Amino acid sequence: MFQLAPKNTKTEPMRDVLAKTLIELAKENENIVVLDADLIGASGLKAFQKAFPERTFDCGIQEGNMVGVAAGLSENGLIPFTHTFSCFAGRKCIDQAFLSASYAGLNIKMIGSDGAVTATTNGGSHQGMEDMGIFRNLNNITIVEPTDANMLRALLPAIVDSYGVFYIRQFRRCTDAVYTEDSTFTLGKGNLLRDGSDATIIAAGIEVPEALKAAELLAEEGLQIRVVDMFTWKPLDEELIVDCASKTGAIVTAENHCLATGLGSAVASVVTKTVPVPMEMIGVDEQYGEVGDLNYLMKKFNLTAEDIAAKVKKAIARKGR
Amino acid sequence: MSKEINNLKRTAVQIRKDIMDISAHCGGGATHVGPALSAADIVAALYFKIMNVDPTNPSWEDRDRFILSKGHAYSVLYAALAERGYFPREELMTTRNINSRLQGHPVLGKTPGVDMVSGSLGNGLSCGLGIAMGLKLQGKRKPRVYVMLGDGESQEGMVWEAAMCAPNKGIDNLVAIVDYNHLQSCGALDEINSLHPMVEKWESFGWKVFEMNGHDMDDIVSKLLIAREYAGQPVCLIAHTVKGRGVSFIEHNNAWHAKIATEAEYQAAIEELDAQLTAIDADED
Repeated sequence: MFQLAPKNTKTEPMRDVLAKTLIELAKENENIVVLDADLIGASGLKAFQKAFPERTFDCGIQEGNMVGVAAGLSENGLIPFTHTFSCFAGRKCIDQAFLSASYAGLNIKMIGSDGAVTATTNGGSHQGMEDMGIFRNLNNITIVEPTDANMLRALLPAIVDSYGVFYIRQFRRCTDAVYTEDSTFTLGKGNLLRDGSDATIIAAGIEVPEALKAAELLAEEGLQIRVVDMFTWKPLDEELIVDCASKTGAIVTAENHCLATGLGSAVASVVTKTVPVPMEMIGVDEQYGEVGDLNYLMKKFNLTAEDIAAKVKKAIARKGR
Repeated sequence: MSKEINNLKRTAVQIRKDIMDISAHCGGGATHVGPALSAADIVAALYFKIMNVDPTNPSWEDRDRFILSKGHAYSVLYAALAERGYFPREELMTTRNINSRLQGHPVLGKTPGVDMVSGSLGNGLSCGLGIAMGLKLQGKRKPRVYVMLGDGESQEGMVWEAAMCAPNKGIDNLVAIVDYNHLQSCGALDEINSLHPMVEKWESFGWKVFEMNGHDMDDIVSKLLIAREYAGQPVCLIAHTVKGRGVSFIEHNNAWHAKIATEAEYQAAIEELDAQLTAIDADED
């Protein structure tokens, strides 16, 4: 069971939690190994390297080779976690992830750091706005965007225990807690964070707190908005989406990703097949990233609570037309 | 030794006959005949002399592995696996057919004996490196990983990522074999994008390099035996080969990169290959 954390609760940075949790798991499970592509200082996994030097492989700046090597390690029964930035994880590794891991039926866990605008001052080259969408193409992959460090910690044991290819998008410096430390989560099941009958916001990642804020803003106007945290992008919780469409009659998706291949399009493909209702989407629309701090970029790409609230009103206005 | 070598030569001829049979009779469209014939002697030596494998237990974790990174030469691998007893020889005629275990390129988990997926050139050496690293980590000293690369395939950048990485990770249970036949799908390597100097490239990346005549069974076996025991460095065997080797009208003929053999071509090829078997017998008498 999960519980929302009180406002302004902080955690350790997500990357530190990643390393600490993997170290704990690796003490019990000797098959866990870590690979990085010269970002081990950035990923948080330096701590894992210190704890388990023989089980850590820095491949250097060879993302594709790293994923191929991981596939080979998994053929031996090992459980490799690879890491690079989200932009490279998607764009540079898809062939290896497809052929050598997914099509081969192997067991690798790929971590991509800093999706889309969370790459901030690294600029457009590093703002991987397409990583989740690229990996959505793989059959039977599990794609997860932990909402906060507490969720990442809670999910990692299940990720280790679930055979198959994973892509996990981490926001390295994230210290904002959305959930309490003792919350638990189920892969493939969205979290209903707030109920309402006028519309649903289905959000992921940094858009989850924005969605909660948007629901509060709309409550002031008398609208009751349901909020769902869809942290597993694939397999998608279709049952919950159908329930949201049936009970609230309008859906707005909110993601830190390009709209072309993101959560919105995944949700829409469920909605149009089941209970067609008006939908609006928050996300980056046909634009590349640029340098900026997170606040600037969220405003620039219309990812704020106010943007979400406006789209919700638009979706509600389209109801029954 | 010479009787054993002759048996390996016979096996290589049989594999070539199987490849021609697949090309003429499998009904699965064009077969990549030239790339398969090019590798037949080496693959025969690996599966019938060098590698420690158990066809009754294809996923035995202490086995040696073979990755055919030039996956379009699938017919040489399928033929060797069938001849080695991984599945019935008759199944070869289902290659590239609907519902067959013998898919268009090798698929891990689908075909008994296939140790890794291939079909996107450049990916196999990284996978082989990963397996080799895993074996080391698990303290398994005996198993070796053999990866066969095409020469054209070696134009792929990822081959060189893995080539750079392997010596740096202290790997010496990995053997890369380059099938250096100088032809790729659309023409001559040297005209399209030359790999010259191949030996110096691998040496400069930190590999122990041996050259061999990829069609001389004595040479192949002796170099593979050295590679298997070599410690301290990964080994690269540059195999000088002829695309289409073993059938006169296919050798050096890139029209056979992928082709369905007509019945007449099949019969002519089998005649030549049977004559090679007779010659091996005569050599023994």
